[in-house]
Amino acid sequence: MIEVLRRLGRTGLQFFERLGRGHLFLGYVLLGVPEVLSRFRLLVAQVWSVGVLSLVIVLVSGVFVGMVLGLQGYNTLVDFNAEESLGVVVALSLVRELGPVVAALLFAGRAGSALTAEIGLMKATEQLAGMEMMAVDPLRRVVAPRFLAGLLSMPLLAAIFSAVGVLGGWFVGVGLLGVDDGAFWSQMQAKVDLHDDILNGVIKSVVFGIVVTWIAVFEGYDAVPTSEGVGRATTRTVVHSSLAVLGLDFVLTALMFNDI
Amino acid sequence: MFHSKTVEIGVGLFVALGLAALFMLAMKVSNLSAFSGGDGYQVTARFQNIGGLKERAPVTMSGVRVGRVKSIDFDDQSYQALVTLDIDSRWTRIPTDSTASIFTAGLLGEQYIALEAGGEEQFLAEGGELKLTQSALVLEQLVGQFLFSKAAEGPKAPEGSKGGEAAAPAR
Repeated sequence: MIEVLRRLGRTGLQFFERLGRGHLFLGYVLLGVPEVLSRFRLLVAQVWSVGVLSLVIVLVSGVFVGMVLGLQGYNTLVDFNAEESLGVVVALSLVRELGPVVAALLFAGRAGSALTAEIGLMKATEQLAGMEMMAVDPLRRVVAPRFLAGLLSMPLLAAIFSAVGVLGGWFVGVGLLGVDDGAFWSQMQAKVDLHDDILNGVIKSVVFGIVVTWIAVFEGYDAVPTSEGVGRATTRTVVHSSLAVLGLDFVLTALMFNDI
Repeated sequence: MFHSKTVEIGVGLFVALGLAALFMLAMKVSNLSAFSGGDGYQVTARFQNIGGLKERAPVTMSGVRVGRVKSIDFDDQSYQALVTLDIDSRWTRIPTDSTASIFTAGLLGEQYIALEAGGEEQFLAEGGELKLTQSALVLEQLVGQFLFSKAAEGPKAPEGSKGGEAAAPAR
């Protein structure tokens, strides 16, 4: 009994310790961000590995998600003779929800895990300790550029996802199923609002970018410096950031769209 | 590691693609190009009942969108809904005695305001008011009126026929 209580207490303390460490870590990283702007090349190299290399998976999934939306939406709407609303269905679901969320999940799997493994291995092979010996702050030199790169890439990836998805839905709806081209676009333009839908989608993707990259770099930096520890940290990154994205999506949606 | 020029070009292309996607979403998908408010003039209209009218609902004349609903408020002096319309500044020749009616687009569609031009020589300007308004049709009221009129004419019909019969022998 006592043993159970003790274990519970230890788990709880460890949880709060990690939570606190994570937030302090975020604070230090944010302090290092202005310095990154003066070393632009570091940032560019990280945007390459975080953003550009995630581009293919985001493009391909965006097209297919849009095509599926077009197909499913058409099958439902055609019963009501409302297949002209297909553009609205596809665009709203992509811009409001699927674009930011699915892009963030893909981003966590593609870029977040890579970030964790990279930083974790740097720690395991004592490169981070070596930097500290040379009076180079690894938080500023290694972590901050990656954090900023993730933060900048995520909204762009989500926007690309949504845009490509709309084109995929257009291809299936107009190209294959015979929805009227003009009605598809004009209904979409009439119903999708720049501020309420697109801007809120961008805000969502910025928040997801911060959270996913934060979890990824923190897990890497905090990993147990063994091969097993790095492996576990990578798994935790994907699991935790996916959960965080889905949970935060509900909160953000409730905050943004509750009055519509 | 890649050649640093490749990296730079790749990042540049990525950022350009992302911004182009955002631009496309803004221009092609959203209503930015269709009607951008702000440069129009505002007129008010009072309605007995606005039904399900919402802010940003379209304002049309002859079916063409000329503006949108800017705000909806309740006037507790006259117990009417006070609707502010934002009319695009391109259309300055709307007569002051135009009628504003709330209609529904399609069977289940959104509600919008249709303006019907009057015959006045003076035109609406900033701060003007549409005096002639027609409220939204509320389905329950319609059904209620229908039932009421049915109930009202129901007992009458036999009475009328009886009266006819009664009148016949007299003639």
